[in-house]
Amino acid sequence: MDELPIQSGDDVVRVRQFVRNAAADNGLSLVDQTKLVTAASELARNTLVHGRGGAARVEVVKSANGRVGIKLYFTDEGPGIPDIELALTDGWTTGTGLGLGLSGTRRLVDEFELTSKPGAGTSVVVVKWSR
Amino acid sequence: MERVPILKIGEILFVSIQIDLQDDSVIRLQEDLADELGATGAHGVLIDITAVEIVDSFIGRMLTTIGSISRLFDAETVLVGMRPAVAITLTELGLSLGGVRTALNAEKGLELLNGKS
Repeated sequence: MDELPIQSGDDVVRVRQFVRNAAADNGLSLVDQTKLVTAASELARNTLVHGRGGAARVEVVKSANGRVGIKLYFTDEGPGIPDIELALTDGWTTGTGLGLGLSGTRRLVDEFELTSKPGAGTSVVVVKWSR
Repeated sequence: MERVPILKIGEILFVSIQIDLQDDSVIRLQEDLADELGATGAHGVLIDITAVEIVDSFIGRMLTTIGSISRLFDAETVLVGMRPAVAITLTELGLSLGGVRTALNAEKGLELLNGKS
């Protein structure tokens, strides 16, 4: 498993490239690669902007029925999200975006898990399976 | 931070995005385009995203903003060359790029812009 720092805009680009390569190497279709990389871009930006920096991890996983997937972890030790349900609503925004970041990202992946506590940082784990 | 070059061809500003866009580069492009529109009086902006592998919500919002800024300079923006996978992902993400015209390729985009004058 590889860990990538997210401390700058350049790091966000590097995370995207790394995820793109992992997805392509493990047989995800071009559309699924694009969806996963777009999701990674949204989540890496959240880590940088709202989480005040953090890290991403990329893992290749296998399901019980033998499908290969890419699992991404984004963690930060920022201020956290007070109301997770609200943050996952279309149109909810901190004022810097369109409010599609988290809710839109959830639609691009097969599994999505967000844990966060005010003052204790945020962790988002997503999986995209090959078809 | 890498900058995206802006070429003036006749009455049109031509932007071909060939780098992996980071947020600062997109913001810079928006500012550079506003400056160029003011300085040249161009009536159209053609943005070619053939080489762009992903458009996320931030990049999408900036493209929409560029369209709005151009309109304030009496110029129209046409986005060309979107990859099919990018179009599918954008739609699923919930972005419609409202207010920005699109065309299949640079040639059709130019026809659109030149039809205006």
